[in-house]
Amino acid sequence: MIPASFDYVAADSTSDAIGLLAEHGDDAKVLAGGHSLLPMMKLRLAQPSVLIDIGRVFELAGITATADELIIGATTRHAALASSELVRADAPLLAHAASLVGDPQIRHRGTIGGSLAHADPAADLPMAVVALGGTLTLSGPSGSRQVPADEFFLGYFETALAEDELLTSVRVPRRPGVPWGYQKFVRRANDWAIVGAAAIAGRVALANMGPMPLRARAAEDALAGGASAAEAARLAAEGTSAPEDIHADRAYREHLARVLTERALEHRSSAAHAG
Amino acid sequence: MEEARHLMSILGTRVLRTEDPRFLTTGGVYTEDVTDELLTGACHVFFVRSPVAHAQIGRIDTSAALGAPGVLAVYTGADLAGLPAIDVMMPGLLNERMRRRLLATGKVRFVGDPVAVVVTEHLYQGEDAVELVDVDYDPLPAVVDLDDALHGEVILFDEAGTNVVAEFGNEASLKPDLFDGCEAVVTATIINQRVAPAPMEARAAAAAWGEDGRLTAWIPNQGAQGTREDLAKLLGVEEAQVRVITPDVGGAFGAKFGADPEHAVVAWVARQLGRPARWTESRFENLIAMTHGRGQRHTITIGGSRDGDVQAYRLQIVQDGGAYPKIGAVLPFLTILMAVGPYQIPKAEAIGVSVVTNTTPVGAYRGAGRPEATAALERAFDLFAAEIGMDPAEVRRRNLLPPFTEPHQTAFGALYDSGDYAAALDKALDSAGYAELRAEQARRRASGDPHQLGIGVSCYVEITGGGDGGPPKENATVEVHPDGTATILTGTSPHGQGHSTAWAMIASEELGIPVENFTVRWGDTDLIPEGGGTGGSRSLQQGGAAVQQASRELIDVARERAAAALEASADDLRFNTDRAAFEVAGDPEASVRLADLAKEERLFVHTIFTAPGATFPFGTHVAVAEVDTQTGKATLRRVITVDDAGIVLNPLLAEGQRHGGIAQGAAQAFLEEVVYDADGNPLTASFADYPIVSATELPSFELASMETPTSYNPLGVKGIGEAGTIGATPAVQSAIVDAVGHLGVRHIDMPATPMRIWRAMQAANDGLEGA
Amino acid sequence: MRVEFTVNGEPRSADVEPRTLLVHFLREQCGLRAANIGCDTTSCGACTVLLDGESVKSCTVLVAQAAGQEVTTAEGLAPPGELHPVQRAFRAEHGLQCGFCTPGMVMASVSLLAENPHPTEQQVREGLEGNLCRCTGYHNIVRAVLTAAASDPAEVTA
Repeated sequence: MIPASFDYVAADSTSDAIGLLAEHGDDAKVLAGGHSLLPMMKLRLAQPSVLIDIGRVFELAGITATADELIIGATTRHAALASSELVRADAPLLAHAASLVGDPQIRHRGTIGGSLAHADPAADLPMAVVALGGTLTLSGPSGSRQVPADEFFLGYFETALAEDELLTSVRVPRRPGVPWGYQKFVRRANDWAIVGAAAIAGRVALANMGPMPLRARAAEDALAGGASAAEAARLAAEGTSAPEDIHADRAYREHLARVLTERALEHRSSAAHAG
Repeated sequence: MEEARHLMSILGTRVLRTEDPRFLTTGGVYTEDVTDELLTGACHVFFVRSPVAHAQIGRIDTSAALGAPGVLAVYTGADLAGLPAIDVMMPGLLNERMRRRLLATGKVRFVGDPVAVVVTEHLYQGEDAVELVDVDYDPLPAVVDLDDALHGEVILFDEAGTNVVAEFGNEASLKPDLFDGCEAVVTATIINQRVAPAPMEARAAAAAWGEDGRLTAWIPNQGAQGTREDLAKLLGVEEAQVRVITPDVGGAFGAKFGADPEHAVVAWVARQLGRPARWTESRFENLIAMTHGRGQRHTITIGGSRDGDVQAYRLQIVQDGGAYPKIGAVLPFLTILMAVGPYQIPKAEAIGVSVVTNTTPVGAYRGAGRPEATAALERAFDLFAAEIGMDPAEVRRRNLLPPFTEPHQTAFGALYDSGDYAAALDKALDSAGYAELRAEQARRRASGDPHQLGIGVSCYVEITGGGDGGPPKENATVEVHPDGTATILTGTSPHGQGHSTAWAMIASEELGIPVENFTVRWGDTDLIPEGGGTGGSRSLQQGGAAVQQASRELIDVARERAAAALEASADDLRFNTDRAAFEVAGDPEASVRLADLAKEERLFVHTIFTAPGATFPFGTHVAVAEVDTQTGKATLRRVITVDDAGIVLNPLLAEGQRHGGIAQGAAQAFLEEVVYDADGNPLTASFADYPIVSATELPSFELASMETPTSYNPLGVKGIGEAGTIGATPAVQSAIVDAVGHLGVRHIDMPATPMRIWRAMQAANDGLEGA
Repeated sequence: MRVEFTVNGEPRSADVEPRTLLVHFLREQCGLRAANIGCDTTSCGACTVLLDGESVKSCTVLVAQAAGQEVTTAEGLAPPGELHPVQRAFRAEHGLQCGFCTPGMVMASVSLLAENPHPTEQQVREGLEGNLCRCTGYHNIVRAVLTAAASDPAEVTA
């Protein structure tokens, strides 16, 4: 319930934050909304000795657009993403995913940067960003680099972020009017997905079918080859390694992956709790 | 003598709760919130708990913890060796060789068993220090499976030589020919799974010893008097040395009766250190160390004729008692008592056995033994209905006891006071639109709709307000003050039920004093030394009846004073409740106010109301569920209930109790379960993992009214607190099974999770019976 | 460390360990004990308060993060002795029994109605998915929020 002790420092700019990260190395964790990190710290599953708060680095918040992309600052809150008219028009899959994270209180605090850096394979935003084919901007002492979402999530709670790097923004293609589908299967509201599926523009991403969000490549290939949604969805579980827990074993998760992929490909979107 | 009553009786009306304004603004004052002079400078108590389910305790190294910031002391079982071991309750019934110590000594028997306690100056220092206590455990094989407990070699208590806590009848008593002559017989083994009561307020305690050697303990509980009795025993002191104060309690549901080892340890620490001590458990601790509920395995057999007459029923129970016997181990007694429910079944048998396992001890949880009886019986009826191809509601109607107003005794010794079970069934089916629902179900089945509809019906009767060994009774004191206000002292112990409002209503009806002018008090053993607390749905029928009786007796006392004051004969006086005054008949000017009769001498009555016995509320629940046949996920669409608990005193409060009960009952059917792995590790020890039901999983409920009075108290009331839970669980389970029944599924164990439903569909598809 | 912010309109200055959770500061230092702690996994919402008008779970906010912001608790929704329309509606509809979840539930409801003044029943249920109650079965809580929604929206926001 109570985190272990730590030192706290508030960064006042991106470069300040990067400097602090470089200074403290793996003793430090970045704090944005704190709704991935603080729950872990309260259970003492994480015990950083320094927290670098980027919550007041205003250049890291906000949503802007170029002709082809939306650029979302890392500390943009889920609630802001969900209600942004721009995102709802041009990347509605992302707005929808953000609207399903946790509950309203969590959405008022949690950020896209925090969620992606945390990299829970069952979470909404990692799956959504992979489905969208987004690009993440990682900034460190020697500059910034762009990492495609497909290459960002490396394993269970593991990302391409180096120890001294900060995730500063996420870019997603603008696709106004392009059909999309989003499925999140839970037993109870506020749960992480037992399995999730998101589909847009020939891309299909799955949540909780492996240690990171996965592309359902066999299904995508079938689609590209002219298969129907139903036919393609039959291949959704290929190449996955679904976990087993009290909610679902592997066979049931694979079944869900197929069903949810078909629904996502039919451009159907679930609220987390609808049947 | 006729009285001039209120033009409108307040009884039966929707009086808003007088308690609410403070709960809504400054909040209730729960044990964690209590500030008191006696608690100034309190230290903070934290428990070190076993991370393994079954082990010998080896060396405990407290040195690192003792050196941590703010640590005042670290104690282990050895430090408490001078205190008595905890006696097993009901020693004639339960195996008394399964005793527990306040802190585990020698062995730990469940994950969460407390082995040491750390005391710190400040709240935030505790968890840091707990981490530093180093305990060596020598693991033993864990007994989690019921058959391992019954027949395996690993024994939890060497001194007992067995894992059997209690037996209720035995297999030798079962008649092999019970089902002879039955055209159809169905048998199944089903699970009534372990659940967590999970009140929103976890357990807590605050303790301070005065210079007079008396302990004052603030503990959230369901009866201060019972808590004091337990606490005194655990500490080896006289009851007179202990004062228990019950602050506001954030829910209990049966799991906050008496005193737990932790409460006693907190009090012991306070005495040991000579300063007050406080403890609040975390939710993790609550989910592994507060008693769990249910945990029965049932083998049910039902037989009868193909035209729907049930002729014989057998129930065999194995109760999981958890690691240390508590009331959970006794509950098969109640399950057996209520085994045949509202039905007339010519031949019936029920036996049970309770065992210990390396899991959290099992206690009472809303319904406590009776939901299990109803769930088993209703499942049996559904299986029988499916076997003979008859509508499940129709099978029930055919077998219900006919209406009765004179007490009816069942073969198991339960004396039902009054009941009209068929009327409840008819009303519930009518309210639900049963025929339309079946038609909709048929339509969806015919069209192969991916969302199938299921309808579940459960008929129940349950026992409330049974005595504690003796006749059921409760005490109350009612006092009228010279300023026209009044105070009620009750032996009940509300924790959300609204007794402040309800008891004020009852007394107001008699005394003519407005509800808002009453102060109702409970839960302080110095103020109210006797009381049965709140649980088992006893409070209104005993505690409320006591308030009414005290109020009426107070009028009698006051009448004599009024006669003297008015120099009239008592027979010539009428009490006018509109004015709260005695008037001389025919001369209203000659009157004296009740309050004025309290001026010279206190005006109060203490009384004990004794009921002739337990009462038996009853009802029918209809649940409608939808199953997404592609994923297996069930959604609860509607719950329609008739819960007849006699006359309704305050419909607002009664509905609230029904809603809360239905939610918990439904949650057991399709959502909640405490899960252990084979080594006894709890897998559902947080609200992230234990799926306590939220608003999104439930519909609004449809409550129909029915009031069949009881003659057992002048209010005509029975108990409503647990009825919702008892009726809802089987109705919801039944609805879910029914949704896929046309695919050949006959049974799905609770909770009917999506995976279980899907698996049952697969199995039925493969030609095997879904089980 | 020192942190300054406002609680129910009053400026507060906190001298706390960095790991101090907002809920503990409110309860222990400010004496505002309406917010309760009901879990350890940010699940139950009993600790819900408003931070700059938005509902947050104060058990998962560091005091440090509240610097310069406005915290509103159940005690501060209405002047002493009065009830905010949402509080009034909870009473009218019997939306509370033991009361432990109630302040958090009320604050979550206030925030819900601020963002969606005319919710459907389903939206209310979804909007309260972050608040657990064991006593009421949620039925009357939902009715309370819908009742409050029917009153003047200007009064209903904090």
